[in-house]
Amino acid sequence: MDYKYFPHTEDDLKAMLAKVGVKSLDELYAQIPEDIRFKGDYELPWGASELEVRQVFEKLGSENKQLTCFAGMGVYDHYTPSVIPNLLQRSEFLTSYTPYQAEISQGTLHYIFEYQSMMAELTGMDISNASMYDGTTACAEAMMMAVAAGKKQNKVIVSGLNPLTFEVLKTYALHHGIELIILPLEDGVTKLSTLKSQLSTGGVAGVIVQQPNIYGIVEDFTGFAEACHEQKALFVIDSVAADLAVLKTPGEWGADIATGDGQSLGIPMQFGGPYVGYMCCTEKLIRKLPGRIVGMTKDNRDQRAFVLTLQAREQHIRRQKATSNICSNQSLMALFVTIYLSLMGKQGMKEAAQLSYAGAHYLCDELQKTGRFKLAYDKPFFNEFYVKYDGDAQTLYQRFIEAGFLGGVLMEEGFLFAVTEKRTKEEIDNLVKIAAL
Amino acid sequence: MNNRLYGNLIFELSKAGRKGYSLPRNDYGDYEIPQELCRSEEAALPECDELTVVRHYTNLSNNNFGVDTGFYPLGSCTMKYNPKINEEMAALPQFQNLHPLQPEHTVLGAKALTILLEESLCALTGLAHFTFKPYAGAHGELTGLMTIDNYHRSRGDMARKKVIVPDSAHGTNPASAAVCGLEIIEVKSDANGLVSLEDLERLVSLEGPNIAAMMMTNPNTLGLFETNIPAIAKLIHDCGGLMYYDGANLNPMLGACRPGDMGFDVMHINLHKTFSTPHGGGGPGSGPVGVREGLQEFFPFVSPYQGNYAVMMRAYAYICSLGRENIKLVGPLATLNANYIKESLKDLYELPINGLCCHEFVFDGLKDKSTGVTTMDVAKRLLDYGYHAPTIYFPLLFHESLMIEPTENESKETLDGFIAVMRRIAEEAKNDPDLVKSAPHDTPIGRVDDVLAAKHPVTTYKQMKNEQD
Repeated sequence: MDYKYFPHTEDDLKAMLAKVGVKSLDELYAQIPEDIRFKGDYELPWGASELEVRQVFEKLGSENKQLTCFAGMGVYDHYTPSVIPNLLQRSEFLTSYTPYQAEISQGTLHYIFEYQSMMAELTGMDISNASMYDGTTACAEAMMMAVAAGKKQNKVIVSGLNPLTFEVLKTYALHHGIELIILPLEDGVTKLSTLKSQLSTGGVAGVIVQQPNIYGIVEDFTGFAEACHEQKALFVIDSVAADLAVLKTPGEWGADIATGDGQSLGIPMQFGGPYVGYMCCTEKLIRKLPGRIVGMTKDNRDQRAFVLTLQAREQHIRRQKATSNICSNQSLMALFVTIYLSLMGKQGMKEAAQLSYAGAHYLCDELQKTGRFKLAYDKPFFNEFYVKYDGDAQTLYQRFIEAGFLGGVLMEEGFLFAVTEKRTKEEIDNLVKIAAL
Repeated sequence: MNNRLYGNLIFELSKAGRKGYSLPRNDYGDYEIPQELCRSEEAALPECDELTVVRHYTNLSNNNFGVDTGFYPLGSCTMKYNPKINEEMAALPQFQNLHPLQPEHTVLGAKALTILLEESLCALTGLAHFTFKPYAGAHGELTGLMTIDNYHRSRGDMARKKVIVPDSAHGTNPASAAVCGLEIIEVKSDANGLVSLEDLERLVSLEGPNIAAMMMTNPNTLGLFETNIPAIAKLIHDCGGLMYYDGANLNPMLGACRPGDMGFDVMHINLHKTFSTPHGGGGPGSGPVGVREGLQEFFPFVSPYQGNYAVMMRAYAYICSLGRENIKLVGPLATLNANYIKESLKDLYELPINGLCCHEFVFDGLKDKSTGVTTMDVAKRLLDYGYHAPTIYFPLLFHESLMIEPTENESKETLDGFIAVMRRIAEEAKNDPDLVKSAPHDTPIGRVDDVLAAKHPVTTYKQMKNEQD
């Protein structure tokens, strides 16, 4: 065949068709009823040479505006060390399947074990699975896990969540028969007393909060876990992974499940994905945890080895009784964050967090100095914050774009700005200059 | 593949004080994170220099087997070649640096690519609209079922909560239905390995008004084309249900038959199967869902943005590369390759259903059962010869299922090599069964103790260390 991905020569075709006992490629489909056979050509462009493919993509790429990013709301512009894309392209990782054949998949199994170890460290939890699609679906799985773990409890309370996460939860809840209850924030945070009175109505399987919350505020969850556990509800905290290198962990807050997105661990924003969801829990809940889990074992030569384990939870064994329908996850992205965390180490994670924290607070101070902005809530924040603006936010947002900035995310009365270690003081000063006009 | 085990964990290479990063200077002055917000104990992450990290993961990769390493006849997984140009295109900075919440007018190129990909998938499937939100095949199934559930709800047709699936279906089908709050009814396969029309008629007459949908893959998991598909679709449509196509087996249909023309209303596509994006050791995938005109308004919000965008870019690069003249050869060549292997081995391996298959087929183990050599043993012995094993013990219709799927990218020489090895293993099973039963011998590790792993799960380094102390 006259194409680079097809190795069949005319002679090959002849010999192979003869072996199969048909006269033509067409005859291979003789069993398909004639009236549903597809004949003719698909409405697609003619095949492009590699050079032409490149030109198509470069032209499309040139129609995207490159902006200096001060937006977050779950997706952050962190730096990617060059080691990572390089190692991720090793095709033994890239082009392999799920590691069902442990003997020739130790590479994958091994890094997943490392990933699980690192995520458990970051979240302060006992156990991690091998990854979920993203933070929002991980959170939805936590919601379903709480309901599955409960006894005829089908209510889940949520508070302070990113509205996009909430939308995903709402979708799953509708079809899964879960009643979602939104706790309104009071002065920008979740109030324990409000939570307690909502819990006391009964039938609550889980409580999901976000740290930092939708306004970037670092909340105080003292007493939350106890309040949940008194009512036999599971306590779930959803967090941006990178923040957990410094912030008090879900484990320390007494959470039963920790979920979130790992995108902040150096993964490019790439217009929405792929990222990686993480999902961790206490040891007690391990058999309720969805997704793949890698465990340590020995081989028949007495060597330490790693293997997919507790598969009795999963869809290919349990079918409709499985803890989830998840099959493919985000393995390669789990490798991405594992390498990121190996390079950054405990010190690098803290330093990067410190830089992001300092940049965000500097930006916040400078914006407030202009007299046009005011921090919406006087509460501690990390690298993202909500400021009210006294002018027309939409117009300013557009002015930011014209100057080459993605000036945060538009909120009801202003902006949600995020700063990472990638932003410079000069960029911040320039942004503030435009904001002050 | 290297047959020596590289066994270190990155934690075991760590030494306090080493670093593998460099960050910009802090020019902001005095902004300290307040202590009361901070964790009390540092996360015990490894401390390594850059070369140590690079060597570690390079060595780990040598304990792995990918499509680029060798033949990967894993049934139902469509382990085709993952072209290099796709990788390079997906990494273009003009796309990589886009925040998903950027306003429309700053991402015109990215949006245009989505539309081009959608139009291509519509042309290839005969459906009218796609959503790219689903992150993987199973996520696509769930999205498709939610779409169907939303459709029935919109009509006040609240009783439709049952989904018919064949007993040969992929495990994700029933699991996805359960997550969607739907109930499964299994329809039996007939002696030819196809959906039993008789049994289906019985179920429809019994459950008609409760049927939300029927989920099928065609060709089915035995690699057989469901020739009764027009009649099946009519039965389901007549009772008010919708037809769902599990796109896991779409590859052999390229150039042969479109799901839309078969009578399907909703489907998902695994871009990481049919459209050549890499499996990445188990993701990221992409599972776009397509529907017939009118159903697009029922797409659910299953993820925040436009799905795994960089995976979609790879798929579009693949479609651009092949174009209309080559993409229609994908199915026929994949089908030829599968039939060629089947015909070359069916004298030694048990072929339960004779006849033409599509992209894959299933043997029920070795023909000669007297040796005691199982499908598991054959699979493990293949590893010694440098091949990935086929899918084993699935579908559940047979005891010793061995499901083989070559793709269109494999040459006759590769297939001949594989056939020769499979014949040799059959020979070994007869003459030296213990050699096969104790395989693999030449891989970095031997057979693993699954029971030990599950009985007492050790899943983190911390736990491992605690056990050692």
